Amino acid sequence: MADRRLGVGLAVLAGLTAYALLVPWVAGVDDRVADFAAARQAPSATHLFGTDSAGRDLFVRTAAGLRVSLLVATVCALLSTVIGAVVGALSAVAGGRVDRLVMRVVDGVNAVPHLLLGIVLVALFRGSLVAIIASIALTHWTQVARIVRSEVLSLRDRPLVDAAVLGGAARWRVVHRHLLPAALPQALVAAVLLLPHAVWHESTLSFLGLGLPPHRASLGTLLEEARSSLLLGGWWTLVFPALGLVLATLAAAAVGAALRDRVALPRRTEVRR
Amino acid sequence: MTTAPPLLRPPAGPRPAAAPAGRPRRVAAARMVGRRLLAAVPVVLAVSLGVFAAAAASPFDPLAGYLGDRYLTASQTTQDEIAAQLGTDRPWPVQYLGWLGDLATGDLGTSRAFGQPVADVLAERLPWTLLLVAVSLAVAVVLALVLGTWTATRRGGWVDRLVTPGCLLLQGLPPFVVALGAVAVFGVGLAWLPVAGLTDAGAALSAGQVARHLVLPALVLALSQLPWLLLTVRQSMLRSLAEDHVAGARARGLAERTVVLRHALPTALLPFVTLLGARLPELVVGAVLVEEVFSWPGLAQAVVTSATELDFALLAFLTLLSTVAVLLGSLLADVATVLLDPRVAADG
Repeated sequence: MADRRLGVGLAVLAGLTAYALLVPWVAGVDDRVADFAAARQAPSATHLFGTDSAGRDLFVRTAAGLRVSLLVATVCALLSTVIGAVVGALSAVAGGRVDRLVMRVVDGVNAVPHLLLGIVLVALFRGSLVAIIASIALTHWTQVARIVRSEVLSLRDRPLVDAAVLGGAARWRVVHRHLLPAALPQALVAAVLLLPHAVWHESTLSFLGLGLPPHRASLGTLLEEARSSLLLGGWWTLVFPALGLVLATLAAAAVGAALRDRVALPRRTEVRR
Repeated sequence: MTTAPPLLRPPAGPRPAAAPAGRPRRVAAARMVGRRLLAAVPVVLAVSLGVFAAAAASPFDPLAGYLGDRYLTASQTTQDEIAAQLGTDRPWPVQYLGWLGDLATGDLGTSRAFGQPVADVLAERLPWTLLLVAVSLAVAVVLALVLGTWTATRRGGWVDRLVTPGCLLLQGLPPFVVALGAVAVFGVGLAWLPVAGLTDAGAALSAGQVARHLVLPALVLALSQLPWLLLTVRQSMLRSLAEDHVAGARARGLAERTVVLRHALPTALLPFVTLLGARLPELVVGAVLVEEVFSWPGLAQAVVTSATELDFALLAFLTLLSTVAVLLGSLLADVATVLLDPRVAADG
C-alpha cells in the first residue's frame, strides 16, 4: 500500500514537473502574449486546454503557472522546514524556560489562521515574491518544529548521546553530529507534507489578488481569471488549472504519507533502555 | 439446590465516582477556562504587536492610505501636518500602545475602505458571517455524523466506497476551487441558484431571498470542512464499535439501532468535538474564500477588501478578532470534552 502510494505519487509529481518545465520551452510561445482574436476558445486540437479571455493558450499557460506554483511551494516548504528544524532542535536541547517560551510561540502562530497572517504580510509588502514566500514559510514552520523537537527529545535519552557526551563531545557537536542527522528523515517527511499546503497558500493568495501580479501565470492567478470566464461558460479555464492543483497536492500528500509511514517504522537495531 | 452466586454483582448504591464527581469536574473545567484565558492574553498581544511591527517594516505609508490620490500632490508640509494630526509620525511601538488604549476604551478606529467606523463595519457584517458559518457548520456536522456512522456500520458498502475516496478528493481541493466549481455547475450550467450577494439585484432584503442566496456558499463551506469531520467520525466509530461495552450491549440483545446510537456513538463523539475546535482556523480561512467568491457581505470578505485596499485599521482589528475567535473556539471544544468525558483530566 505504502509503496503504491509512493510510486504513483512520485510518478504524478514527475509527470507534472516534466509538463511544467518542458511544455513552455517546447511550445516556444510566451505565455503572457495576448491574442484577442483567439480569445475564449474551447479545447480543440490547436489549443488542447482552450484559451483564456486574452486568447492565451491554456495548455502552455497552465504549465507556466504550475512551474511557478511548484517552485514557490518547494522553496516555501524547504524554508519552513529549515526554520522549524532549527527552532525545534534548539528548543529541545535548551529545555526549561526557553523550551516553554518556544512552545508558547508555536501555539501563538498556530492560533492565527495561517491564511490571515499571510494576507496581512502580503498586503503590506504588495507584489513581492519574497513576501509571498516569507508569508508562507513564516506560518508553516510550527509543525516541523514540533516534530523535530519531540524527535530530538526522544533521541536525547539514547545511549549514543550518552556515549558522545562521555566521549567529551561539546553540546553543540552532539546536536549537529548526532541529534540533527537523526531527526533529518522526520524533517524531510514534514517538508514533503508541507508541499501541498504551500501550493494551496500560494494559489489562494494569488487567487485573492494579493499574491503574484495577474500577468504572471500561477495556478492562483489562472483560477482568478477563471472566475470571470466561468460566468461566460468557459469551464475549461477552471478545469485544467484546478486539475493541475489537485493532482499536485494529492500526489505530494500521498508521497508524504507514504514516506511518513516508512520513517515511522523502527529503523535501527540499537538497544533502547 | 443452592443458586450459584451471580457472576456480576450489581454495584451497591451509586457508583463512588459518579455523584460527587459532577461538581469538581465543573470546577476543574472552570479553572481550565481561567488558565487558558490568561494564557491567551500574551498570544493575542503578540499577534497584534507582530502585525504592527510588520506594518512598520513594510514600505506601506499609512498616509498614502489616508490621502488616497491626494498623496501624490500634497506638499511635504501638508503631509507632515496630517501625519502629526493622525499620530502616524510617532514611532510604531507608541502607535501600537495608542491603538491598544483606544481598543480598551471601545474605539476601534475608522475603516477607510468602507468609509465608516470599524465598529459599524463589524455590526453590519458580523451577523452575515455568523449566519453563513453557523449554517455550514451545522450542515457539515450533521452530514459528518450521519455519513460517518452509516459508513462505519456498513463498512465496504457502496456508500462507504463512494464517500471515502470522495473525501480524499475534497481534501485536495482548496475551498475556492470547490466554490468556483459550484458557481460553474449550479450557477451557470444549470442556473438553479444565485451565485453572488445576499439578494437578487434590486430586490429587497427578505428571508426567502437570503435563504436562496445562502444555499451555495453554505454548502461549499460545509463541503470544504466535511472530509476531516466525516473521516474522523468514521474512524472513531469503527474504533468504538470494536470496544467491549458495545460488544456487551450487543450481547444483552439490544437492538442494533440502540447499540449504535446509544452505546457506540457517544464514545465516538469525543475526538469529533476536539477536532471541531482544532479545525476552526480552517473554517475561518474557508469563510474568507467562500465569502469572496460568492460576494457574501460578511466580515471574512472585509478581510480581503481591507487587505487589497490596505485599510490598516480594519485589517489589524480583523486579525485580532479572528485570533480571539480561534482561541475561544478551541477552548470551548476542550471544555466540552472535559465536561463530556469523565476520563479526561482537566489540566490542558
